[in-house]
Amino acid sequence: MSVQSSNRAPGAVPGGHAEVTTAANMRRARRVGFATIVIREFSRIMRIWGQTLVPPVITATLYFIIFGNLIGGRIGQMGGYTYLQYIAPGLIMMSVITNSYGNVVSSFFGAKFGRHIEELLVSPLPSWLIVLGYVAGGVLRGLLVGLIVTIIALFFTRLHVEHLLVVIAAVLLTSIVFALGGFVNAVFARNFDQITFVPTFILTPMTYLGGVFYSIQMLPEWAQAVSKANPILYMVSAFRYGFLGQSDVDVGFSFAIMTLSVVVLFAGCVWLMEKGTGTRE
Amino acid sequence: MKALSLRQLCKTYNNGVQALKGIDLDVEEGDFFALLGPNGAGKSTAIGIVSSLVNKSSGTVTVFGHSIDSELEAAKSCLGVVPQEINFNQFEKISTILLNQAGFYGIPRPVARERMEYWLNQLQLWDKRETISRSLSGGMKRRLMIARALIHEPQLLILDEPTAGVDIEVRRSMWEFLRRINEQGTTIILTTHYLEEAESLCRHIAIIDEGRIIENDRMSTVLRKLQTETFVLNLRGPLRRSLSLPGYRMTAPDETTLEVEVNKEQNLNEIFAALSAAGGEVVSMRNKSNRLEELFMRLVEGRDVGSGQPTAPPAAQASA
Repeated sequence: MSVQSSNRAPGAVPGGHAEVTTAANMRRARRVGFATIVIREFSRIMRIWGQTLVPPVITATLYFIIFGNLIGGRIGQMGGYTYLQYIAPGLIMMSVITNSYGNVVSSFFGAKFGRHIEELLVSPLPSWLIVLGYVAGGVLRGLLVGLIVTIIALFFTRLHVEHLLVVIAAVLLTSIVFALGGFVNAVFARNFDQITFVPTFILTPMTYLGGVFYSIQMLPEWAQAVSKANPILYMVSAFRYGFLGQSDVDVGFSFAIMTLSVVVLFAGCVWLMEKGTGTRE
Repeated sequence: MKALSLRQLCKTYNNGVQALKGIDLDVEEGDFFALLGPNGAGKSTAIGIVSSLVNKSSGTVTVFGHSIDSELEAAKSCLGVVPQEINFNQFEKISTILLNQAGFYGIPRPVARERMEYWLNQLQLWDKRETISRSLSGGMKRRLMIARALIHEPQLLILDEPTAGVDIEVRRSMWEFLRRINEQGTTIILTTHYLEEAESLCRHIAIIDEGRIIENDRMSTVLRKLQTETFVLNLRGPLRRSLSLPGYRMTAPDETTLEVEVNKEQNLNEIFAALSAAGGEVVSMRNKSNRLEELFMRLVEGRDVGSGQPTAPPAAQASA
C-alpha cells in the first residue's frame, strides 16, 4: 500500500467534522441514521430474496392449494364464507408474523455474530432509534410478504374487505409486536440454535392454535378458554374482522392487547439495549 | 483541550475479573498517544469503555469535554474506532459499508459519497469500492476499517493494533498515513504489539499492567528512564589478548560477538578502548532490543527501572 499524498488543507475532508451538539444537528443526524438502518435492512431483504421472499410464497401457495382447494371444498362454509375465504386472512397474518419476527431475529443476531453490530453501538445513534430501525426492517418484510401472500390468495378466491382501516391497523400492530419479539430473541440468543428455538417451538404452535385455520367457537369450552390466553388469537381475529366483519373475540380488546404489547416490548427492547444485554460486556 | 480524560475508571466483569482498577488518563488534543500493556492488562477494556462497547463499573470518561454519561451522542460523534478484530459485514461491498457508517453518524448520502471517495483514494482502496469486503486481503481489510473510522471525520481516532498481521510495507505506509492525519489535527490513540511502532509514531505513552497505569509520560522522558542498554558488538576476528573491562557485564555468544550492558554512569569509549587494547576490531554495533521494548519488559516484569543497576539482558521479544 502506498498512501496518496494529499493537497487538502488540514481537516479539509468534505463536510468536515460535525459534532452532534445542537438540537437541529441531532434531529438531522437521527433522521439520516434511521433511514440508513431501514435502507440497509431493506437491501438485505432484497439481496437474499431467495431466503426472505420465496419460501413464504411457496408455503402460502401450498396452503391455499391443499387447505383451500383440496380440503376446503369438503369442509363447506364457515360463518357464511367459503373455507378459503375464512382462512385467507389467517394465512396472510401467519406469514406477516413469521417474517416480521424472522427478519429482525436473523438480521440482529447476524450483526451480533459478525460483530458489525459494533458499527451501530459506537455511533451516536440512541438505543431507541436502533431498535426502531430494526423493527422498521421487520415490519417492511412482514408487510411485503403479507402483500405477496394476499396477491396469491386472490388467485384462489375473492377477498372481501369489510373494514379497511381495521385491516391496516391490525396488520401493522401485529407486525410491530413480532418484530419487537424477534429483537428480544436476538438480544438474548448466544448461538443459531437459540434463534430457531422460539419460532419452532413457541411461535409456530401458537400461530397454528391462534385461530388461523378454525374458529374457536368450534372448540369445547375449556379449549376456548385456553385459546384466549394466546395473544395471536386476538391479532388474527382482529385482522379477520377487518376482512369478514366477524371475530371470535372483542375487536376493541384485541387492539388494546396489541397496543399494550407494542408499548411494553418497545420499552423492554430499549432497556435491554441501554443495559447492553447481549451486545456489550 | 483534552481529547480524552479518564478518571478513576474501573471495570469488573461478571466473572469477577477486575480489568481496570481506577485508571486516570489524559490525552491532549492533537497528541499521538501510545497505550501499551501485556495481554489482559486492560487496554482493550479501556478502549471498549470509551467507545461504548463495554459498560464501565465506575469512574468517568469525557471525550472533548463531553461526558459519556450525560452527553453520549456528542462524545461518540467525536470518536472514530478501529478495532482489533474485523467487525464489518463481510457480505457487503466496501462502498456500502462506508456509506452506511456515514449514515449512522448522520452524514447525508451526497456528502458521504464525497468523503468515501476521498478516504478510499487516500487509503488506495477506491478501485476496490464495489468489491465484497470478504474477498479483500488482510491489509485491505485493515485499511477499510481505518477508512470507516474516518468517514465522519472524528477528532479522536483510536486504533487497537491496526497493523497486526500486515506485512512490513503496508505497516510502514500506514505509519505515514497516520502521521499525516495526526499532523492535520486528528488526535490519535494507538495500541500496538510492535513497540517500534509506538516509539516511532507516538509523543506520549501510557503503560497499563494488571488494570493500573504504571507509566504515563512523554515518550522521550520515559525512554530516558531506561538506565541500562545492551549493545551487541560484532568483531572482525577473535580477540588477540584477554579483555579487561571491570564494572561491565559481558557475555560472548561466539568468538566474534560480544554483548555488553552499559548503564548511565558508564560510557562506550571505555569499551572501545578496552577492545582496542585486547586487539579487537569492532565492525558493527547495535542495540540488542528496541529501547521501548526493553523498558516495557522491565516495567511489566516489576524490575526497578530507576535503580541504575545492571540487570540480565531482557528477552528479545516483548509479549505485549
